[in-house]
Amino acid sequence: MRFRPFDETRPPSSIELGRRVFRRRQGIRSVILSLASTLVFAVVVWLTLVNTPGWAAVQQTFFDPAHLVSAWPRVFAGFVLNLQILFFAVIGVAIFASLLAIVRTLRGAIFFPLRVIATAYTDLFRGLPLIIVLYLIGFGIPGLRLTENRIPPEVLGTVALVLTYSAYVSEVLRAGIEAVHPSHRLAARSLGLTHAQTLRIVILPQAVRKVTPALMNDFVSMQKDVGLVSVLGVVDAVRAAQIETASDFNFTPYVLSGLLFVLLALPMIRLTDWYSARLRGREQIGSIV
Amino acid sequence: MSLLRLDAVYKSFGTSEVLRGISLEVHAHEVVALIGASGSGKSTLLRAINLLEPIDDGQIWLNDQDISDPRVKVDAVRSRIGVVFQHYNLFPHLTVLDNVTLASRRVHGVDRATAEKSALELLDRVGLAPHARSFPDRLSGGQQQRAAIVRAIATNPELLLLDEITSALDPELVGEVLALVRELAADGTTIVMATHEMAFARDVAHRVVFLDGGVIAESGPPSEMFGSPREERTREFLARFSDR
Repeated sequence: MRFRPFDETRPPSSIELGRRVFRRRQGIRSVILSLASTLVFAVVVWLTLVNTPGWAAVQQTFFDPAHLVSAWPRVFAGFVLNLQILFFAVIGVAIFASLLAIVRTLRGAIFFPLRVIATAYTDLFRGLPLIIVLYLIGFGIPGLRLTENRIPPEVLGTVALVLTYSAYVSEVLRAGIEAVHPSHRLAARSLGLTHAQTLRIVILPQAVRKVTPALMNDFVSMQKDVGLVSVLGVVDAVRAAQIETASDFNFTPYVLSGLLFVLLALPMIRLTDWYSARLRGREQIGSIV
Repeated sequence: MSLLRLDAVYKSFGTSEVLRGISLEVHAHEVVALIGASGSGKSTLLRAINLLEPIDDGQIWLNDQDISDPRVKVDAVRSRIGVVFQHYNLFPHLTVLDNVTLASRRVHGVDRATAEKSALELLDRVGLAPHARSFPDRLSGGQQQRAAIVRAIATNPELLLLDEITSALDPELVGEVLALVRELAADGTTIVMATHEMAFARDVAHRVVFLDGGVIAESGPPSEMFGSPREERTREFLARFSDR
């Protein structure tokens, strides 16, 4: 990925060879140092923890392998439901947040009412705690008796997530849209592209690249907030853990569901880092100092 | 018949009047150079012609169509005019080839294969064929500006507007860009260009228009304008350039 400023076919000078040996030695040295310091730190934390007076009891209650195994099927089944909710919520947020962001960047008097509604919406839903939105949607919508049958709480939970997260994500997208230099809009319009084409082909792709880290932050945040749908009675990983815990007051199932959420987040975080680095390498010259 | 005609065009931003009654006629295959100090209204005039800047008063005619009429479809008018900007404004997330073919494909409905074929021919002509699949940031300033010119002419516009296209370039890169403009002019492209390259304007332009304070102070063939300008302010302006 990194540019090699020298010609590969030309043998490097002895000075450059010396520099490389030095750099390699430095590299090995810092790796050893960091490994050692991490190890020492981990050992200190571990020793402090196991020497606390209550450690035995805490270990029994939170980190019991037997409970881990017995809770696995139910918690994992719940986690699969979390994944399904997440899948639909992400699609919903992507669409709704883009619409909100676009409406907020529209200019012209005709769009004034739309702009006001979008602004009021993002203000309201960024202020409202997610759990209250979940209650309002989860218990309020069924109370309206719009449908004959009961709407599944999973669906209502997904709707609540989409409503809340779209408000956040739309603001991130709007920041991205406004960060694209106006000259690009000008250039696109001068080619005869319409306003919508300019937005879709020229502005949005650049905007999303600029705010990818922030978007991923919201995405990871939503990944774990999916666990909050449990307050509506959906048997997801958190709810399943709660049910398991209720039988004998061992909290290991909670730790298990927590671990599952972390494991879900990690690959996404790495993947985004890799993807943004790839785009940067392709579209921007030089390395980052 | 003139290709472009401006009748008493006015434009102000807030309290500052940038264009104060500009009337100008440009014939087909003519190359007109707009000169004048920074802030004299050159860029605004070019933007007004391309409808990127709504005018306050007056009329603009393109091939006998009043394009300042609010009922005119602006996107359709813009697709008939090519513009090259000072800062190239190539889209960084698209390859050079995609930049060049964008308007053909999305505005004129040409299929990708046809658009790319003619784009590659054009890029080859300006020596950029090897960079067709590169992203703009990998190119030098001169190469980017040549790519931007190719993007502007890829759809065979009736009129080409050049807005100080060499101002952001290193001196050694100016030549390659001007050589391309010279070629386009020789091919009969109608060009209106704002420029600070006086030698180039003298060489290539058929007519030089000196803007001062939002009005056309003087205009004429380059030999006259640079040889024996009638107006005192033209002489002053040109003297500042020859001093350097």
